[in-house]
Amino acid sequence: MRAAVLAGGRSLERQISLRSGARVEDALRSLGHDVIQLDPGADLVRRLKDERPEVAFIALHGPGGEDGTVQELLEILAVPYTGPGVAACVRCMDKIVAKHEIRTAGVPTPDWVAFNATAFRELGAADALEEIEARLGFPLVVKPASQGSSLGVEFAGSRDDVPAALVAAFSYDDRVLFERYVKGRELAVGILGTDALPIVEAIPKQEDFFNFEARYEIGRTTYVCPAELSEPEAQAVQDAARRTYEALGCAGFARVDLMLAEDGEPQVLEVNAIPGLTDTSLFPQAAEAAGLSFEDMVDRIVALALERRSESAALPG
Amino acid sequence: MAEHRPDSRDLGAASRAKPPRGTPAPRRRAHTSARDLERYAGLFAARTQVMRSSAMRDLMAITARPEVISLAGGLPDTSSFPPESFAAQMTKIAQESSAEALQYGPTEGFDFTKECIGQVMAAEGMSPDPDDIIVTTGGQQAIDLVTKTLVDPGDPVICEAPTYPGAVPVFCSYEADTHQVSMDEGGMRIDELEALLDRLAADGRRPKFIYSVPSFQNPAGVTLSAERRRRLVEIARSREVLLVEDNPYGLLRYEGEPLPPLYQLDGGDYVIYLGTFSKILSPGIRLGWCVAPPPVMEKVVLGKQATDLCTSTLTQYFVAEYFAEGRWRDYVADLTVLYRERRDAMIEALQRHFPPQCEWSRPEGGLFLWATLPEYIDTSDLLAKALRENVAFVPGAAAYVDARHSSAMRLNFSASQADEIREGIRRIGQVVWEQVALYETITGEHPARRPAESDTAELEAEGADVLPLRRREARGGEAGH
Repeated sequence: MRAAVLAGGRSLERQISLRSGARVEDALRSLGHDVIQLDPGADLVRRLKDERPEVAFIALHGPGGEDGTVQELLEILAVPYTGPGVAACVRCMDKIVAKHEIRTAGVPTPDWVAFNATAFRELGAADALEEIEARLGFPLVVKPASQGSSLGVEFAGSRDDVPAALVAAFSYDDRVLFERYVKGRELAVGILGTDALPIVEAIPKQEDFFNFEARYEIGRTTYVCPAELSEPEAQAVQDAARRTYEALGCAGFARVDLMLAEDGEPQVLEVNAIPGLTDTSLFPQAAEAAGLSFEDMVDRIVALALERRSESAALPG
Repeated sequence: MAEHRPDSRDLGAASRAKPPRGTPAPRRRAHTSARDLERYAGLFAARTQVMRSSAMRDLMAITARPEVISLAGGLPDTSSFPPESFAAQMTKIAQESSAEALQYGPTEGFDFTKECIGQVMAAEGMSPDPDDIIVTTGGQQAIDLVTKTLVDPGDPVICEAPTYPGAVPVFCSYEADTHQVSMDEGGMRIDELEALLDRLAADGRRPKFIYSVPSFQNPAGVTLSAERRRRLVEIARSREVLLVEDNPYGLLRYEGEPLPPLYQLDGGDYVIYLGTFSKILSPGIRLGWCVAPPPVMEKVVLGKQATDLCTSTLTQYFVAEYFAEGRWRDYVADLTVLYRERRDAMIEALQRHFPPQCEWSRPEGGLFLWATLPEYIDTSDLLAKALRENVAFVPGAAAYVDARHSSAMRLNFSASQADEIREGIRRIGQVVWEQVALYETITGEHPARRPAESDTAELEAEGADVLPLRRREARGGEAGH
């Protein structure tokens, strides 16, 4: 089959995307496909029209590739693509929208308050900081609404840290959220099709807690897969992940990040519509723990993309 | 040394270069599974755990996009070197010394290269014994060899804060216990240095060396004052500590009187001197050097032998031919004119486009300027915002061993044309203004009012005093120069 791998792009996660893409490309070749590399830029649509791929494997991370933009173009061009569709991507990329959906679906997610820069500039949102702090307590987490990675995620241990944390988060997006900090174990659940993969636990070194760099580096974060959880705990976590995936309308594959709070309740933080597929990424590790080689996993993701395409083609209108 | 381009931030232009014709597409090796990687992880040397990470490198790689105005690199402008001259010298080498130029050479380097090095050092008043010189593969290798020779894991090393970003991974990979001494407009703070030496001495420790870029420091752009140079050399003597003087830019002075290198003041007993042809000729030839006392040199030569046997013979021949032409000083003078104009363009643009809460160094030479923003702005985060405006700089964190929060940035003025510099600074200024205004709104401080472009134009038209006033403020700390 003629398969295009979309990797690179212009987001801050370009390098990680290139690493994900390179791996996918090799896997597709070894599966016997004819592979075209596409680094999305001004010529993307023209190249897709020229190359006419039968399927597009989207290995893009961050805004542009993971937020529905590229997906929309592929819809128009009628090229089947991997991973969630446009609407699910839009919902996942925007942490604020995602959290509303998750809460509506009855899945626990840490309490939050979201603002855009205009609220501060024009509506005096700064005067509400006291109420926000009272509601969420310290430490609290300040996040840009739409970064895929943990870039710009800041911890505010006290009131004095809030302004600088906000300035940092606003460097990445015009909208940010304050989120209650949940103490507990950091977990990730990959979903492939409708199946939850074994749970991965990320155990960062103490000093690297919530450090963007540390997550992509061997030796600075230890990953345990399957995570050592009791059977009921594991079930509760996988169940929360699956319900989140469904609530956001995901398809193909995605990764749900959550905290297992000290009271034993899973709290969903966010969903990565296109999780990293690099050598050190969590999703392939989880697939491997489920007995799927990287090639098997890629093969399955492509099959799901084609299935979804034929289903939607069968719909009337 | 400050020239080098150890990290991808400097690879912007270079990585876009066309490969020679006929290069086949690279074939990537099949990727490893997570389990394989874990297996490798068990094999990694302990020092890889302290090597700096790749996330920042990933971010900096984006600065290589062609539409980005990059003030992040540290590249000299090699487009000003006449290609005819390059062609003529290489042709002459091929005709007259082909076999020798394609052969291995001595580990220490050729005598004729040392002769050229002698000329460069003489231009700053130094006259080293040729036997004390080793020719290295760029100045970066000189830092590596000196550290390899002197530092055991855990040994204290002292450098400036901020320090040359390319020295950080070297000190880390030899597991040095690196201490950074802050600087002001007169360079490294000697009082702070002495306090640090006292503290270390109280624990029965002595640093293996003190690393400094005394002239037009990378990244801070400041120069160690004459008085501090003398004191630093005295301290080295009285405490028997080695100074590693990294001087890639000494000859690129745009104003003011030259200051004596530490090597000259000391006579070479306690000073290891590092030099390079990168900034006065070309970084692509990878030619640098190290001057050290004979016992140290002996070990450095052994280290070099283990690393790469010898420095490129071909480029040593090139340098010799180039120096034989006798025009090298004219070329340095040309560069000086070029870079002075670019530095002036940058400083003028900073005065015009940066908020008054910002400060910047006013380098008398070199390639870099260091701008400090209000403390609440982390320049690593700011870079993400700046990249959306297609402009890049080096976040200050890169210049600290502990990658601490930094509200400063390094700006390069040698690699871009004056117009690009002005536009680049305008864009950075814009994002800084936005963050300042946001912070002031959040904290309820009086919001900063950014002068509208028309105001600025008016002021300029009148030649009004308002802007120069800010200029004086910004330069307020520089009386010591």
